[in-house]
Amino acid sequence: MALNSKIPEGPIKDKWTDYKNHINLVNPANKRHIDIIVVGTGLAGGSAAATLAELGYNVKAFAYQDSPRRAHSIAAQGGINAAKNYMGDGDSTYRLFYDTVKGGDYRSREANVYRLAEVSANIIDQCVAQGVPFARDYGGLLDNRSFGGVLVSRTFYAKGQTGQQLLLGAYSAMNRQIARGKIEMFNRHEMLDVVKVNGKARGIIARNLVTGEIERHSAHAVVIATGGYGNVYYLSTNAMGSNVTAAWKIHKKGAYFANPCFTQIHPTCIPRSGDYQSKLTLMSESLRNDGRIWVPKNIEDAKALQQRKMKPTDISEENRDYFLERRYPAFGNLVPRDVASRAAKERCDAGFGVNATGEAVYLDFAAAIERYGKTQAKVQNLENPSKEKIYDLGKAIVEEKYGNLFQMYEKIVDEDPYKTPMMIYPATHYTMGGIWVDYNLMTTVDGLYCIGEANFSEHGANRLGASALMQGLADGYFVLPYTIGDYLANEIRTGKIPTNTPEFDEAENEVKERLNFFINNKGEHSVDYYHKKLGKIMWDKVGMSRNEKGLTEAMAEIKELREDFWKNVKVPGKLDEMNPELEKAGRVADFLELGELFAKDALMRNESCGGHFREESVELDGEQKGEAKRNDAEYAFVAAWEYKGEPSAAILHKEKLEFKDIELKQRSYK
Amino acid sequence: MNLTLKIWRQEDSKAKGRMVDYKVTEISEHMSFLEMMDVLNEQLVNKGEDPVAFDHDCREGICGMCSMYINGEAHGPDRGVTTCQLHMRMFKDGDTITIEPFRATAFPVIKDLVVDRSSFERIQQAGGYISVNTSGNTQDANSIPISKHAADEAMDAAMCIGCGACVASCKNSSAMLFVGAKVSQYALLPQGQVEAADRVRNMVAQMDLEGFGNCTNTGACEIECPKGISLENIARMNRELMKASV
Amino acid sequence: MSGFFKSSIGRKVAMALSAFFLMFFLLQHFAINILSVFSETTFNEVSHFMGTNFLVQFVLQPVLIFGVVFHFVMGFVLEIKNKNARQIAYVKNNGAANSTWMSRNMIYSGLAILAFIVLHFIDFWFPEINTKYIQGDWTGMHDGIEGYRYFHELQEKFVNPIRVVAYVVAFIFLSLHLMHGFASAFQSVGGSTIRKKRLQSIGKAYSILIPLGFIFIALYHHFNH
Repeated sequence: MALNSKIPEGPIKDKWTDYKNHINLVNPANKRHIDIIVVGTGLAGGSAAATLAELGYNVKAFAYQDSPRRAHSIAAQGGINAAKNYMGDGDSTYRLFYDTVKGGDYRSREANVYRLAEVSANIIDQCVAQGVPFARDYGGLLDNRSFGGVLVSRTFYAKGQTGQQLLLGAYSAMNRQIARGKIEMFNRHEMLDVVKVNGKARGIIARNLVTGEIERHSAHAVVIATGGYGNVYYLSTNAMGSNVTAAWKIHKKGAYFANPCFTQIHPTCIPRSGDYQSKLTLMSESLRNDGRIWVPKNIEDAKALQQRKMKPTDISEENRDYFLERRYPAFGNLVPRDVASRAAKERCDAGFGVNATGEAVYLDFAAAIERYGKTQAKVQNLENPSKEKIYDLGKAIVEEKYGNLFQMYEKIVDEDPYKTPMMIYPATHYTMGGIWVDYNLMTTVDGLYCIGEANFSEHGANRLGASALMQGLADGYFVLPYTIGDYLANEIRTGKIPTNTPEFDEAENEVKERLNFFINNKGEHSVDYYHKKLGKIMWDKVGMSRNEKGLTEAMAEIKELREDFWKNVKVPGKLDEMNPELEKAGRVADFLELGELFAKDALMRNESCGGHFREESVELDGEQKGEAKRNDAEYAFVAAWEYKGEPSAAILHKEKLEFKDIELKQRSYK
Repeated sequence: MNLTLKIWRQEDSKAKGRMVDYKVTEISEHMSFLEMMDVLNEQLVNKGEDPVAFDHDCREGICGMCSMYINGEAHGPDRGVTTCQLHMRMFKDGDTITIEPFRATAFPVIKDLVVDRSSFERIQQAGGYISVNTSGNTQDANSIPISKHAADEAMDAAMCIGCGACVASCKNSSAMLFVGAKVSQYALLPQGQVEAADRVRNMVAQMDLEGFGNCTNTGACEIECPKGISLENIARMNRELMKASV
Repeated sequence: MSGFFKSSIGRKVAMALSAFFLMFFLLQHFAINILSVFSETTFNEVSHFMGTNFLVQFVLQPVLIFGVVFHFVMGFVLEIKNKNARQIAYVKNNGAANSTWMSRNMIYSGLAILAFIVLHFIDFWFPEINTKYIQGDWTGMHDGIEGYRYFHELQEKFVNPIRVVAYVVAFIFLSLHLMHGFASAFQSVGGSTIRKKRLQSIGKAYSILIPLGFIFIALYHHFNH
């Protein structure tokens, strides 16, 4: 099937408005007869469910947690971008659009990104009206901060918990609709398959995670908003339950999976402390504004640090390697996430890691404390302040800026980051890839939509900070509720979708068969055993830096691991009860397929762009020697994969990316 | 370190539960409490036994999914943390740790350490929102200035993660800190004023209906709250309800 | 408004209001009793006034009785409701980690005070009622006693050391009850906990000084009769 992105004609700034003016609408009386299923209740799913219900559709929403408010959107710290230009610093829709496309290393769809930038301002209005307590200045107006990679301050925030507050906003909107009976909420339910009738998505099969019951739910359209698949790496900053299952199931039923290899590895996470590690914790990127990143210059010092025979403060200034400042003098510690992550990995791979696992670099605030301390001493007119005084003054400033992050670090690592440098290491954070969708956010299956991190979306090969929240809410509040009407306008005469049809029978049987297999397979290894192995393959060979050999090996190894999984996995317990191991088994089974497609996509894309770095595609000489090299001539396309049985058999469909409003440039941070 | 765990096991909501002893060995002090539980579960799975069911998700202290009453305290002996942020360095080699589900009539046990907190959902559905259409056709966000003080205070209340530690810690299983925080967030903002009276009345009525106990101001909730939600929120809710009732 | 007092918060407020009334009464009771230490005559005069004044006897006294009864009945009702809110107790509960003993045991300190009130009624109130309402003697005089009888009766009661000990113990429970109850009542009616520190200091002073004063009075009369 040829891909049709359905991008409207016309100048970019009028596309969305014109499109909305001509789109099909469903009259209010008819909306009452139309059902929509929304799977996932994070920012995208929650806001979509609330808005669709408010428009008058009957919504059934599904979450695997015990409340929509627990979706992992809640963990976003930094903020949400919006082109409000409240600061009067020259921001505009175009600038936000430009920054997002550039930040995504020119692998996103212009029209979608422009629309996102356009509706961004509305999100803030909406959230404030809902009672989201954004930070304000003393005049009572909304405050903004700046975020990496851009030249303006356009990030709105609510302490370090912006994601939480936005999600609670969407959740409150959902609650209002639940109370009105317009949303039927299914907590502790997991979607295990989509049901297609005559080529259209008509429902889902879900498992009640409390009773184990398999349920059929029908609707006129199905919306998937189940987030990213970063947990394919086992360790990531995602929640333990974050999974690819819903996205993977629809992929198997005909939805193309786009750019699976585009993953964001965040440089400032708290390092792994041992093999038992279950997840990684992100420290806000803002820390890089003041922290200096370094490892020892001498390998002996690194060894001593790894064996805890030495303390970082014992290493003198001349024996430290501030590798980001050394390699990227222009941007220094503020290079984009992918560049910082790769540089840290390079040093650690060379043996300069600073903790017991050898997988950590220092993020040092001593210089910042001293610098702030001296400034403060001047401000307070102190003559010849003592070293201690300067330290105290500086510490107070750093505490004010990052106090909560330092506290969080201390709780986890049990070291005082004011006294000894923090240790950080990159971790998987966000997946830009996902289900392919057209301008309407519809997948390649009719009536099946995908929004939020789950779709391949607006971030191209790399996402800018504070843009994930923006996209989730834009999709859910302002885009999908319009575009879905275009499809549903043809469904007003369909009537209730029955669930006692052969299509539902078949889907339910498939689901049951698989669950039965897990319970009855008396294998040897736990689900986590396989998940950890998969994670290791992914991290080592499909991680921050990829090459042909590693990727080919990874594909074979994942396939082998998958085959072993289906022979030897052990799942205790019963079907008809709460059974977390059974839930995990299904999710890991899907990761084991996705992982291979992921590697296949990375292998196909023989260029370095954004979060995807191919060792074969680097600048060979000049100032940029050794840096990532994008190949626009051959790879300026979205890779949409069609499922054909085995992941390795997937067929590639290319959606060519055209850049009419932005000139393509190679990134440089030297 | 080596530890003895006394854990509440209960097959389902109808079954009668009991405490069961387990041993875990070679626990690192750097592990989080839930990672220690993972070790136990891996051990149980390998032996072919049913692993201990417990709620968890984000493992960074924000989703509010994890619960557990550890050694007689919600989220364990550390302050300002959820169970997923509790580290094993809080315990000593040879310790016996008692692990129970959050207990309240309004939080029935689903399995082992998993409880049903949907009573919290219903309280919020009773009025924990501002009735604004999600169309985006609202006025500009800066058209109502809100004092920094009020915004910050609303934020402090809004930080509640809905974990239920307040209920679990309260000797009366009262949900007033939770409901107080929800009522306060909106009561402190101008946007919330229009529906303020109905909101507090409906939310309190639902809270009572769910079978939570009454507040006797012991202050245990505030101390055990992983997000430091202040008792002031309960006082504010009391004032709001009085205001709404006269 | 009737709906308000049916709600959990309403009941809590009602509990606090009755507590305020009782705390005020306690202060007043103490103020009169301490007079007995300084001047027999003044004590007698004030006692006679309180015992014979129409307003005190027929308005304030019923209100007071209602207040006492309401406070303890409501206390029991809430206690039962609160107990029902957790039907399965924790195997291990470390209440001391997050709250004071006083706050967790109001029902027990309350019961001790209730027991004391019974004793106190038997000692003073029932004889008073008997004298005034059954015998019809409103003179405040008694055979063989010069002047009013009140001071004399007071002294007589504190001769028995067992009774003195019972009173002292009861006052300790009263102190414990007030230790939590004072600030708690303010909080229940929506008092800002931001000013909690000051309120708590006042509360502490009240809950220690008043019972201590009563103990002093009891001991004083025991040793000075």
